[in-house]
Amino acid sequence: MDQDDIDDQKRKFLTAATTIVGAAGVGLAAVPFVRSLEPDASIAAASSATVDISHIAPGQQKVVKWQDKPVFIVNRTPEMLASLDQVTPKLLDPDNKHPQQPPYCNNVHRSRKPQWFVMVGVCTHLCCSPAFKPDKGSVKPGWLGGYHCPCHGSFYDLSGRVFKDVPAPLNMAVPEYDFVDNDSKIKITSLFPKTKLC
Amino acid sequence: MNGIFKWINDRFPFREMAREHLTEYYAPKNFNIWYIFGSLALVVLAIQIVSGIFLLIHYQPNDKSAFDSIQTIMYDVNWGWLLRYAHTTGASMFFIVIYLHMLRGLMYGSFKAPRELLWMIGFAIYLVLMAEAYLGYVLPYGDMSYWGAKVITSIIEAIPFVGDWLTSLVRGGFGIGTETLNRFMAYHVVLVPLILIALVVAHVLALHQVGSNNPDGIEIKAHRGPDGRPLDGIPFHPYYTVKDVFGMGVFLVLFCAVMFYAPTFNSLFIEHANYTPANPLKTPPDITPAWYLSPFYAMLRSVPDKLGGIVVLAVAVVLPFFLPWLDRNPVKSIRYRPVYFAMVVVLGIAVIILGWIGMEPATPALLLPGRICLGLYLLFFLSLPVVSRIEPTRNVPERVTS
Repeated sequence: MDQDDIDDQKRKFLTAATTIVGAAGVGLAAVPFVRSLEPDASIAAASSATVDISHIAPGQQKVVKWQDKPVFIVNRTPEMLASLDQVTPKLLDPDNKHPQQPPYCNNVHRSRKPQWFVMVGVCTHLCCSPAFKPDKGSVKPGWLGGYHCPCHGSFYDLSGRVFKDVPAPLNMAVPEYDFVDNDSKIKITSLFPKTKLC
Repeated sequence: MNGIFKWINDRFPFREMAREHLTEYYAPKNFNIWYIFGSLALVVLAIQIVSGIFLLIHYQPNDKSAFDSIQTIMYDVNWGWLLRYAHTTGASMFFIVIYLHMLRGLMYGSFKAPRELLWMIGFAIYLVLMAEAYLGYVLPYGDMSYWGAKVITSIIEAIPFVGDWLTSLVRGGFGIGTETLNRFMAYHVVLVPLILIALVVAHVLALHQVGSNNPDGIEIKAHRGPDGRPLDGIPFHPYYTVKDVFGMGVFLVLFCAVMFYAPTFNSLFIEHANYTPANPLKTPPDITPAWYLSPFYAMLRSVPDKLGGIVVLAVAVVLPFFLPWLDRNPVKSIRYRPVYFAMVVVLGIAVIILGWIGMEPATPALLLPGRICLGLYLLFFLSLPVVSRIEPTRNVPERVTS
């Protein structure tokens, strides 16, 4: 080996280039291993809940457990839906400026269909589960129906929108859901990424 | 920065180890492709350990859920299919690499003095590897896993007096079941890998103590320069570290080609029968061990007696261990031993034929070829003490050729 024939520049370049490519290779190879540690598809499948809504009478609310949280499903009457426009001045965020619902629920009734209301029943103040108070005048004079949280007294309307001057800062969250089985069931799948529960 | 390095080096022999084993460890300059398989074996060992750990996270060692846990890995776990195929491909690659590694040893006389202990440790690694592969194969609890476990553990029953008791120890019960899977997992994941790693470390240390052999079978330490370095040697780092990285790259391309495009390798790497859950009531019609155990299986089937077959099997497996003392010729490499070269070729062909016979159903037509090849295999080792003393050899050069 003749020392004079060694091209140090070339050697440095080759070493650096190989190292960079090798490091990139190791990084890419690590991806499947790290990702295999994430919850797998079967856990993701178990994370949805399918609820039969055929037995819910008009005006009634059904509570189901989804991912260890209470979800409220209400069969809203036309009267209930009418109250939504009447309470608007009393609400903190009547136009859903905060994305507490998926885009397809960004409306007055905060649902896919006006009649069927699906919401995660967790108060946005400190996580208690508000009580369903649909009857007029049942909570205080002028009450048109909605939710009242027993813990610190926050009020919400029949679309889960929060009132002004209560401890809770946000409307209650509406999850991502679909109608399945010829609209006889509702399948709750996940939370819209930007929503805050409590 | 240099201060930190000095602080560490004063307290741990990093620099000395780097000199002794890398930058001032001299390896022959005439290594050919047969010398890549040792470092490739290390690569495969690393692949098996890493993929094995991640598989272990999802595996269930229970006779009701083991097979299903493999299905979970294949279908539900993110990239689970890749983890599984990496591990099965690695298992077969391990044996391909090791057999080629051993063949190199046979061809160039790497088992001869002063490398007898190196050969013995290497052979121990081979035996431990067979045990590791067998234990791992049982875990998915497919039909082949179950029956392979049943048959091999039954061999222990043949041992006089203590056979039955020992078999129940190995199985954890009277048959194969959850108890078996639990202990096989403990052996496969902890006990045997620790033994394997210890043996591999011993293997490399033993190699470095005497220095590597080379295709000419010449001892490079016999000719040193004025600075004490072997004239035909080059420092392992950077020459062989870099070259081995290249070799690793080529190997990984082949590995990935198999893993992504042909992981079952036409039922050779993952047998079709193992895609069925274990059925203790029915033996699969095409029951064979994995391809890497096939030559020995063919030998077993060639002997028409239960204990006789087991004895022949044991002898055949253990015979190569004694090569350093069976081969009496001081010339190492086949390049200068035409008779020995022919013997090695015959041995290789016999083993390959035996391997093929072992994969075929046991028909009477295959009995004679199997017995002939078994005879040739045994003859290689048993005739060596005599042949090696009288065989004519070519003149061995003083310095290495290319």
